[in-house]
Amino acid sequence: MAKFQTLAEAVAENLKDGDTAAFEGFTHLIPHAAGHEAIRQGRRDLTLVRMTPDLIYDQMIGMGCASKLVFSYAGNPGVGLLRRVRDAIEKGWPNPVEIEEHSHAAMANAYEAGAAGLPCAVFRGYRGAGLAEVNPNIRSITCPFTGETLAAVPAIRPDVAFIHAQKANRRGDVLIEGIVGVQKEAVLAARRSVVTVEEIVADFDDVHPNACVLPHWTVTSIVEIPGGAHPSYAHGYYPRDNAFYLAWDKIATDRDGFLAWMKTNVIDSGPDAFAGRVVALNGKG
Amino acid sequence: MADFTPDEMMTIAAARALRNEDVCFVGIGAPSAACNVARLTHAPDITLIYESGTIGTAPEVLPLSIGDGELCDTAVTTVSVPEMFRYWLQGGRVTVGFLGAAQLDRFGNINTTVIGDYHKPTVRLPGGGGAPEIATSCGEIFITMKQGKRGMVDTIDFFTSLGHGSGGDDRARHGVTTKGPTLLVTDLAVWRPDPDTKEFTVVSLHPDVTREQVQDSCGWTVRFADTLEQTPPPSALELKTLRDLQERTRIAHGEAA
Repeated sequence: MAKFQTLAEAVAENLKDGDTAAFEGFTHLIPHAAGHEAIRQGRRDLTLVRMTPDLIYDQMIGMGCASKLVFSYAGNPGVGLLRRVRDAIEKGWPNPVEIEEHSHAAMANAYEAGAAGLPCAVFRGYRGAGLAEVNPNIRSITCPFTGETLAAVPAIRPDVAFIHAQKANRRGDVLIEGIVGVQKEAVLAARRSVVTVEEIVADFDDVHPNACVLPHWTVTSIVEIPGGAHPSYAHGYYPRDNAFYLAWDKIATDRDGFLAWMKTNVIDSGPDAFAGRVVALNGKG
Repeated sequence: MADFTPDEMMTIAAARALRNEDVCFVGIGAPSAACNVARLTHAPDITLIYESGTIGTAPEVLPLSIGDGELCDTAVTTVSVPEMFRYWLQGGRVTVGFLGAAQLDRFGNINTTVIGDYHKPTVRLPGGGGAPEIATSCGEIFITMKQGKRGMVDTIDFFTSLGHGSGGDDRARHGVTTKGPTLLVTDLAVWRPDPDTKEFTVVSLHPDVTREQVQDSCGWTVRFADTLEQTPPPSALELKTLRDLQERTRIAHGEAA
């Protein structure tokens, strides 16, 4: 049963040092507020799972939260590289981070397998791809019916999944609209889940019968944080802050500049600041 | 002197290769511009798919990421990412995959993963994302990139996605039945794979480009077709379409704060 909590409570109860955690949202609905709370609470030694680490893991890894990263595309989408992730992988700053690298198809299949309660995902992939030679978790399986060789990767089963969504109702059901990514799979694959939402409404009386809804009994904790996906976006609320994604490339360039930005905007700030960050964006999307 | 840039010629030449009936999996960056110029000129019915799950999208401005909201707003339908990769890509419903490359070899193999050793990289690049399976599941692959000796190299540092492997029928030996790279469009030329060796061969030079320029900005010894064509220069409509699109995009994404 979903509990309605503050972000500090939800993160403290559901994310422990050493956990495997997935903060998902494919470009859209990235749970940045939750990532910031994990940084403020000083979580360490996390295995962070995410298809596109994006700015959220650039920040968490740069602040020393992680010892391992499982991912499929570690770039600042449309801008370039993730400078803090690079610094950790290339130079071990602020601490060495082990990587387990996949393709998008593999990660998507692995989340789905996790949600489906399967031990592994089977798909037609990685043919002629170098990752199969450097990642021991990429293996193959022979179809018992056709003899075709298919790729196999372990299911993703996080200790906890964090996602951001548009709405929860008072029962704790969660509505996700727009680019739905892998969030439903991530929540159903995880032991625990924390969902931050733009708003809590009385009920979903106007949604389409096929809408993407997570029933309240699949969610551990719900937190209302308007703007909580910024600089990612919430379809129907505010657009992606592309200017910030461009600006981040400079902020994250050097360690001192990064740490100064994190102190001002994360360590000395809190979840209530997110609403203000999207005010200027409203009406643009 | 022509009144268009090599970059503009590259994007427009790449756009021309797309057909109105294509279902195209769009990579971000140069491929995205080319695909949308095609949609706004000769291929209005083309289906553009971005890996965020947006199918049949028609953005007014170029997305910065593969998941900008406008892709979803203008799409025929938006599916989950697992569905995108399982039903639509792996299911064989995509006719063309359009990719960019950080490093490319003469057989269309692409590296976007690392420069240097994988375990001790000199430069850690973003990685493959959707590319490993796009490269093998789409009916054929178009590649577009600017020429340069750092990008077009004799040997790539990492096989992010399979092109024609070591050439000839190597692709089939990996169990892959799709065509693989059939087109490379650079800022200087149009290239097609040799039917037998599968090595990219220059078939058309862009206006005012010389063979020497192509060779001087390429890390392998370039093969030229026996009958070398000249790429028709951009038409007024093509240029206006591209420039308007880029101007709308610049305004929409705003200046970095």
